[in-house]
Amino acid sequence: MSATVVNHSGARSQKRGMKVWPLLLPSVSVLLVWMIVPLVMTIWYSLQNYNLQSPPAQFGGLSNFEYLFTDPDIPIVVWNTLLLVFGPLLITVCLGMAFAVLYDGPFPGRGIARLLVITPFFVMPTVAALVWKNLFFHPVWGLLAWVEKLFGMQPIDWFSSHPMVAVIIIVSWIWTPFATLILLTAMQSLDREQIEAARLDGAKAVSRFIHVVFPHLKRPISVLVMLETIFFLSTYAEIYVTTMGGPGTATTNMPFYIFSRALQGFDVGLASAAGLFAILIANVVAYFFIKRMSEHL
Amino acid sequence: MMKMTLATVSAAIALAFGSAHAATTLTIATVNNPDMVVMQKYSAQYEKETGVQLKWLVLDENTLRQRVTTDIATKGGQFDIITIGLYETPIWGKQGWLQPFDKFSPKYDADDILPSVREALSYKGKMYSVPFYAESSMTFYRKDLFEAAGLKMPDNPTWTQIGEFAKKLDNKAAGVHGICIRGLPGWGENMALLGLVGNVFGGTQFNMDWTSAVNSKAWNNAISFYVDLANKYGPPGVVGNGFNENLNLLAEGKCAMWNDATVAAGLLFDPKRSKVSDKLGFAQNPVETWNKGGSWLWAWSLGIPASSKNGDEARKFIEWATSKEYINMIGEKEGWVTIPPGTRKSTYENPNYLKAAPFALPTLKAIQGATLVDNTAVPKPYVGINFAIIPEMQAINNYLGQQIAGALTGKSTVKAALDASAANSDKIMKKAGYIK
Repeated sequence: MSATVVNHSGARSQKRGMKVWPLLLPSVSVLLVWMIVPLVMTIWYSLQNYNLQSPPAQFGGLSNFEYLFTDPDIPIVVWNTLLLVFGPLLITVCLGMAFAVLYDGPFPGRGIARLLVITPFFVMPTVAALVWKNLFFHPVWGLLAWVEKLFGMQPIDWFSSHPMVAVIIIVSWIWTPFATLILLTAMQSLDREQIEAARLDGAKAVSRFIHVVFPHLKRPISVLVMLETIFFLSTYAEIYVTTMGGPGTATTNMPFYIFSRALQGFDVGLASAAGLFAILIANVVAYFFIKRMSEHL
Repeated sequence: MMKMTLATVSAAIALAFGSAHAATTLTIATVNNPDMVVMQKYSAQYEKETGVQLKWLVLDENTLRQRVTTDIATKGGQFDIITIGLYETPIWGKQGWLQPFDKFSPKYDADDILPSVREALSYKGKMYSVPFYAESSMTFYRKDLFEAAGLKMPDNPTWTQIGEFAKKLDNKAAGVHGICIRGLPGWGENMALLGLVGNVFGGTQFNMDWTSAVNSKAWNNAISFYVDLANKYGPPGVVGNGFNENLNLLAEGKCAMWNDATVAAGLLFDPKRSKVSDKLGFAQNPVETWNKGGSWLWAWSLGIPASSKNGDEARKFIEWATSKEYINMIGEKEGWVTIPPGTRKSTYENPNYLKAAPFALPTLKAIQGATLVDNTAVPKPYVGINFAIIPEMQAINNYLGQQIAGALTGKSTVKAALDASAANSDKIMKKAGYIK
């Protein structure tokens, strides 16, 4: 995620560089070790033909990468990874904005309502996924099946007919409170007099939102999108608990692909190669997306 | 990577603390199956008798396999006793990761262990783990439904016959499905059964040069038959059904037939768990154009990692848990139907057990008939029945299982699924150096 660092240093800091370096050295070296050692190990393993169950590891050159890039699943996996980033991103930002505006105004019981809307964020991802799997989505005893039967519909088996949608719903449910929290805080720093002035000038609610509220929220939304992108790129627990990446490869994203190669097939070399590929994807997303977003900061 | 480091760190901690105590704490990793839970319950008695302390780690099958494999392959040394299967034992024995069982104490009757099981848990004539229970596969059917329809299940049915029975007995309006069958993808789930179907339709998983044989005509016939059978006469959502789901369906009276593990017999025969306990019939697993390789052989067994420093104590515990005396104790205290089956000849000579369990002799027949070599219609380069006992198998069969599940749900055709799986298998085998 180094692409998020925005370089503000001008000539001034370059002049001071000589004196500052020795002071920075300890923390920088710790950071380097922290980052470089696992990275180098991953690169090393990615060049080995190493199945945990048939040691010793043998140098395999680029055979792991060759396998990886000719794997017909990889395009699907990359697509799923992106879907699992941008789907929940869109949903959480929109819902978060709606909740923030809604809960900003005064109404009776606001404290409790705010507490309730934040609560899902404190539920662990595995637990949340289990709750959704067994209490909501289950085709026999789930709440949604009950509602569907109420209207005379055939209950939907979510995890076999719409697995990706189901996972996106769960992830969005967990992260909407986070979006709400950040945007609600931002709403409270909105200058009330601006709204008042807009209202006096005859602006309706919709135009007040578009021209006053939304521009004010732009910056916190950038922060939100940045943070959520980082978290959504590594979505794993929700998939493990509900679909195990299936049916087929319908919900396998990059982290789950790596898990399945490393701990279901015990192919350390291939998993490491996939890990490096995941770093590449993360950096591409970071470069194009987060960089653009951080321009608003 | 994260998991590996964690395992190493926790192993280091375990070692550091372990050595501070007297050397009589045994750490045991096991699977959360009912038989193992019973063993854990009665092991308190063993602790009392011997003064040895037992530390248990009970996990589900998948998690256990991940933990134990990473631990033993990275020489973590966390465990003194591990619960492994017929798949891991010869592979790990070959690697020298397990302590061999070359001698047993005199009163432990090792020759009583069923030869086919014993052989499967050996590498080059040496046993590397001791069976706790063993199973094969068989056909379960509802005698009442067969009688009502005027049908008779042969002792050795064919899949074609099973298909005809399923068609006649399928009564969706009454909530009874013609057949319950595994659909959940995974090498130990749908592939455990489909490997057998492939065999008896005349196929094999690998050609002699280790190229994949699952895109052959035989496999195509086998899987097309399976997809047709499961979709027409199976319950809805069959792709989500593994062993436990099917067990519940049959116990609730929702299926006329089911092909699965012989251990299910003990569970289905228990009136507390099953509504059909008095209506069950048992037959051998089906064959088709070829009459071998139609039933699997599986054993959950106990082994000692080479890294364990308490090998002698571990050996004593394993002998206790797999002894005739243990089986008799469980039979007397927990009921004869629930003893760990399939390991000893003496179990099947015990009149109490034979009286309580009418499925005992068909089980014995299935286990004795299951051989790991010479079981396919065409020559094959590997040892194993429904899967090849090689390290690469899990990755290959998980993929194949997923692809077939895709064909089952209609997302792809059988041919496309098998072609993709064969290509994937060839790639893996090439990378691993089998295909030159």
